[in-house]
Amino acid sequence: MEFLVEIIKPVLSLTVLAVVFGGILAWADKVFAVKKDPRVDEIIEVLPGANCGACGYAGCAAFAEAVAKGEAPVNGCPVGRQKVADEIAKIMGVSAACDDECLKARLVCQGSDDVAKTKMIYHGIDDCRAAVLLHGGDKTCPYGCLGLGTCVRVCPFDAISMGDNGLPVIDAGLCTGCNKCRDACPKGVIRMVPEGSAVLVACNSHDKGAAVVKACKVGCIACGKCVKVCPEDAIALVDNLAVIDPAKCTNCGACVEACPTKAIIRL
Amino acid sequence: MELFMIFFGAIFFNNFVLNRFLGICPFLGVSKRIETSVGMGMAVAFVMTLASVMTWLLQGLLLNPLGLGYLQTIVFILVIAALVQFVEMFMQKVSPTLHKALGVYLPLITTNCAILGIAILNIDYKYNLVETIVHSLGAAIGFTLALVMLAGIREKLEINDVPDAFAGVPIALITAGILALAFSGFVL
Repeated sequence: MEFLVEIIKPVLSLTVLAVVFGGILAWADKVFAVKKDPRVDEIIEVLPGANCGACGYAGCAAFAEAVAKGEAPVNGCPVGRQKVADEIAKIMGVSAACDDECLKARLVCQGSDDVAKTKMIYHGIDDCRAAVLLHGGDKTCPYGCLGLGTCVRVCPFDAISMGDNGLPVIDAGLCTGCNKCRDACPKGVIRMVPEGSAVLVACNSHDKGAAVVKACKVGCIACGKCVKVCPEDAIALVDNLAVIDPAKCTNCGACVEACPTKAIIRL
Repeated sequence: MELFMIFFGAIFFNNFVLNRFLGICPFLGVSKRIETSVGMGMAVAFVMTLASVMTWLLQGLLLNPLGLGYLQTIVFILVIAALVQFVEMFMQKVSPTLHKALGVYLPLITTNCAILGIAILNIDYKYNLVETIVHSLGAAIGFTLALVMLAGIREKLEINDVPDAFAGVPIALITAGILALAFSGFVL
């Protein structure tokens, strides 16, 4: 009998303790319950959970809270890409697919190796930002894409790849409009364009027509044909370069037909 | 005088991290930035003092009268875990700002051996309640001191040219070792 008591005593006291603590915690959970946005937990669920901080918040939980409050965009997680953005958008009840305000990065240069002339052979650090320090890079056109792939490397979404013709190719489906490539490009040859736009002046040159023709076969020579042919008056010549006003443009494509150098393209 | 000795003894002579080697995990884990190490230190101080009082009462009122002293470890772990959980809930409701500052560290402390260590040491030394509180507070301050010191050194190390073989954890361990060496100089 003696040893039975010795066994029961600790078992019983531990059980009682555990039950008491459990009860207190259960009671505390009710009493101290903080009204939390249920969406926060749902968003945390769909986030990658790496707490990497790439979104600019302290971690996935902090980001989820900011999203629920409406402070952070639903597509703010660069790691989760579109898939996570879509799921968060579903939780938040908004659409991740955006209309005209949604900007996509576009390369406004067609000066590939075969159509754009070079003024030297560049042997240096394989980065546009380094190349531009040496007489503005190897392209004759001072505004053209150097094609060394700085934008490819800074893109956190793998949306940019290097094409065979020496120009980067931007996948609009993967682009989130984060502006990183635009900011990194020393030539300013990547521009943010509304997703709905179907026509693009794919040239960045502000040189006069004659200089453009000497440097590149597909540059905008500022002839003004597109301005005249546009039925909506959406195109203007600004500093020797045709500029399309996306608010007026109806994507009719008349300018694409009219452009003698094919500098305006249909996307 | 006795209390004074216990307090400073816990901070310097018997520094929890550097002389007793308790709580090494947060010591290395949360010592990358001074800011976070201070937060961790505060959370530890809070939980340590509270847990010591709780465990002391439990030992005196339940375990000793029932002759269940051998259940110390498991009961203390249970108490500390429940306590930390309770404190977290309480803080979230009453002071969200404090919860934001200490919240992330609290779960880390739940199973920290420094907390369990202080609870058991208080019993081993047969301290009374006041001595227990003073001892825990001193130990927590000592822990914070060691943590902040290492964090300060590691922040400097970050911008230094550490040999590849030592970069990261190895240099932190060496630093901690030298730091411990300095603290062991207090022993008479």
